[in-house]
Amino acid sequence: MTATFDTQLLEINLGPQHPSTHGVFRMQAILDGETIVKLKPVMGYLHRNHEQLGEGMTYIASFPFTDRLDYFCAMTNNLALALAIEQLAGGIDVPERAQYIRVIMSELTRLVNHTVLVGFLLNDMGAFGTPLLYAFREREKILDLFEAASGSRMMCNYVRPGGVREDLPEGFLEQTQKIVNEYPRFLDEFEALLTDNEIILQRTQRVGVLPKELAINASVTGPMLRASGADYDIRKVDGYGIYPRFSFKVPLGTAGDVYDRYFVRILEMRESLKILQQALREIPSGPSISPKGLQLVTSPRTFRPPKGAEAYGRIEAPKGELGFYLVSDGSPQPYRYHVRAPSFINLTVLEDLCLGHKVADVIIILGSIDIVMGEVDR
Amino acid sequence: MIGIGVLKGMWVTLRQFIGTYPAGRWLLKRAGLPEGDGLCTIEYPEVKQQHAERHRVFPFLVYDATPDNLRCVACKICEQECPPQCIHIVGPAKDEQGRPLKTHGRTYPLRFDIDVSICMSCRICVDVCPFDAIEMDNAHEISSGGRFQELNYTKEQLLKSADYFQKIKPTEAAVVDQRLAAKAKKSAPPSSS
Repeated sequence: MTATFDTQLLEINLGPQHPSTHGVFRMQAILDGETIVKLKPVMGYLHRNHEQLGEGMTYIASFPFTDRLDYFCAMTNNLALALAIEQLAGGIDVPERAQYIRVIMSELTRLVNHTVLVGFLLNDMGAFGTPLLYAFREREKILDLFEAASGSRMMCNYVRPGGVREDLPEGFLEQTQKIVNEYPRFLDEFEALLTDNEIILQRTQRVGVLPKELAINASVTGPMLRASGADYDIRKVDGYGIYPRFSFKVPLGTAGDVYDRYFVRILEMRESLKILQQALREIPSGPSISPKGLQLVTSPRTFRPPKGAEAYGRIEAPKGELGFYLVSDGSPQPYRYHVRAPSFINLTVLEDLCLGHKVADVIIILGSIDIVMGEVDR
Repeated sequence: MIGIGVLKGMWVTLRQFIGTYPAGRWLLKRAGLPEGDGLCTIEYPEVKQQHAERHRVFPFLVYDATPDNLRCVACKICEQECPPQCIHIVGPAKDEQGRPLKTHGRTYPLRFDIDVSICMSCRICVDVCPFDAIEMDNAHEISSGGRFQELNYTKEQLLKSADYFQKIKPTEAAVVDQRLAAKAKKSAPPSSS
């Protein structure tokens, strides 16, 4: 007997108000049974007009708004804009100490971002609470450092063209050293909890495979690209700041599935700790901002880059290549202000990753892309 | 063998759980295992967290000695530079002939409002103020019942003494005082000696 069923495709909406979409993001999925046959991401619910706002105010006044792009990584967002402004001005020299402070802050940000991401990813997989709260406990310690240095836990607004806004407070380096020394123990524990767990292996391996060619063609960057096996890290390729001085490796994945994306991030955290150890050992004393930079901080309207000047400052943010493109028209405000947001561009391959997988897999694939809607919609 | 990884993970959570009790910590120590961080939360309303000195919430206006001796001269630089445009200044105060009124040799604002529902505590007003008249507060339990006038802080609400600033941010206040003293020395008439 042959049974034939009349089947029809079912369209469902995941989001915009959905706990696992990491913000207000909507996925219009068309299902055949439980398998995804088409998936359309709908963005724009958190659009806050960031680029247009940036064109209406001075270069410095955009800094507090960049904190709110990717609100886990305020320090790296500040740094990317600062680099773009330094280029636009034709080079503002940055004192040695400020360079080291920037590296320390960037790598601490990377630790925060990857730790929390892994926590959220596990939360999406159904391990409710526990890994996420362990991650938040460690994140809290680093946020205390950010608060000590910049005055705010998340909206740091700390890095400025020509250095950093204020020098580090007393006892900061000792405190950082202590956290950096203790972090590997936490990572080991986190890995004991997760890496060999059979349920996680079953859920993540061979799910959401991103082939290397597609990753490169879709201009995916960051840990997601490296999990697919492409060796591209802007800290190595571009060598901005003083990164060429540090010895660290770029971890690469092989399969490009969700598990690799998770594991590459764990390895990256270990490399970040290596960079932090070196930076904390070598940080010199001295000024934390150059005179030109200080002038920009105290009187932003005196900064008028030459007409027609343009600059693109890019860094390896925890989520990928974060770039700020600025065009000047000779006034104190930029003529064009554009953000190349890594979350947004990494999200464009979502449909390719999800096709043929089950609905439950879509949630963890989205989680492994590591998006923050503040940055996607801007 | 399948299941070892799961058991290993469960052992981690069990150890963390035991480690939140004093007796459990003692047990873990006896067994030679890492004790972990233990309880990392605080009983909030009873116990309050000590914030870093630079912790910034909303700006306030500084006055020396008496509230009419405020440092603000209503130059409106902060109003112009504020990224979300939350500062509104009316002034400087003028008499009928249009000459600026002065207290203690300085012009002063008629109104100085900060809409704290818009303010994002970015500290740019503090950075740009040439007179060190505006500084960041660290009081953060400031919720109010209303949405409109209650969140618009007027000059009277914003005024706080230099002693208060000294108390909440000793390091920064010392730097500011030094700068102001140097400025006063420079502008003072040389014949006074």
